Amino acid sequence: MGKRDYSLFGPDAKRAVDSGLTAAEWYHTEVPRKVMKDLMARSDAPAIRDTIILYGSMILFAGIGIALWPSLWSAPFWLAYGVLYGSASDSRWHECGHGTAFKTPWMNNVVYQIASFMIMRNAATWRWSHARHHSETYFVGRDPEIAVMRPPEVAKLILNFFGILDVIAFVPRLLRNAISGPTPEERTYVPQSEWDKVQHVAFVHVSIYAATIALAVWLGSILPLMVIGLPRMYGAWHHVMTGLLQHGGLADNVIDHRLNSRTVYMNPVSRFIYWNMNYHVEHHMFPMVPYHALPRLHEVIKADLPPPNRSIAEAFREMWPAIKRQVMNEDYFVRRDLPPTAKPYREDFHRYVPGMMPPAAAE
Amino acid sequence: MPWIDACSTDDIDEEDLIRWDHAGQTFAIYHSPDGAFFATAGLCTHENVHLCDGLVMGNLIECPKHNGQFDYRTGEAMRAPVCVNLRTFPVKVEGDRVFVEVA
Repeated sequence: MGKRDYSLFGPDAKRAVDSGLTAAEWYHTEVPRKVMKDLMARSDAPAIRDTIILYGSMILFAGIGIALWPSLWSAPFWLAYGVLYGSASDSRWHECGHGTAFKTPWMNNVVYQIASFMIMRNAATWRWSHARHHSETYFVGRDPEIAVMRPPEVAKLILNFFGILDVIAFVPRLLRNAISGPTPEERTYVPQSEWDKVQHVAFVHVSIYAATIALAVWLGSILPLMVIGLPRMYGAWHHVMTGLLQHGGLADNVIDHRLNSRTVYMNPVSRFIYWNMNYHVEHHMFPMVPYHALPRLHEVIKADLPPPNRSIAEAFREMWPAIKRQVMNEDYFVRRDLPPTAKPYREDFHRYVPGMMPPAAAE
Repeated sequence: MPWIDACSTDDIDEEDLIRWDHAGQTFAIYHSPDGAFFATAGLCTHENVHLCDGLVMGNLIECPKHNGQFDYRTGEAMRAPVCVNLRTFPVKVEGDRVFVEVA
């Protein structure tokens, strides 16, 4: 395929549509209807429990951090608070955006709005970009949420462990959204009926940041920004670490999530922060299954999936060399072997775009 | 408009749906928690995903792809990303058979 153009207005975007890739049907593992209904069932209890733990921990850690400020003894508490603010908010944004975390709609919406603010995403815009991400996962020029574009810019990936590029991109976009609504690119996936909401949300976010900065100036201290804003940077590392693993080093322009998504077994703390999105093949294949049911879904369909990575470290050992190879060879990707119990990859599914995914590119 | 014999009442569990294809069109037929039957177009108005794999919750059907929701009794779009209402079709039950009036 060669040089990729990730612009939503570029030639690859047009080719994905013209070739039929965007209209193709994704592969799904077969799951009996009664089993799937049970897995899809909604419940408030797990998310209420987790939300109490999350926000309670944040209040506790921030309170101790403020009490010990500016002593260095406050640092561990800021680091803990930061991960919950700058990383757990990513998974809460994600799951509540799907509307599956809670059974009760208003609970999803409240946590979604709070998480969107903390992760610095416009609540009205990103709901739509994520819908596109699920329809056209890692289709070049169509998916606005591709974390590792090819050729990968490794320095940028590393900078984003501290949220630097995200924040640099967020601030002008926030101001622009507040002044004039969605950008031209955002208007390709946000319906016109929602444009006013984009502007309204941006205005609310700008107001909160302005008040926080004003308080910091008045106090002559960055302490208010340690609580609001900066944790999006000093606590971003965990969501970037787990986020890269979702699709990094895997195939693009395919319609089988077993080829473009990665399931990784993780420790319980990371699974709490990440809200079980380590079961990422499962999530993409069946996005209506709530986070708390993903381990059960994994057990149901794992015979049809590539073996999961056994740990975050093992997954990085698979992904990072692939990313480095993609620097020189954009077409390279990791192709995981399927167990004998799985239905094979259908190669004819993955040649919708002429020249894409030549067999020699995969290993 | 013709009434078409679509399925048996036993074919659909309560609070569930099935896909029904007829004359080149695809439909979704619902069995509500209070025992009534309804029919809508079978594809989500957002991105043409079959609703039959979705989840019925009370009087709502949730699309399996993007979690958009419709009230299947009226077709009203209830939750983003769906914005366009779902077309509905009259349903009647005679004995143990479900009939849909296909336009």
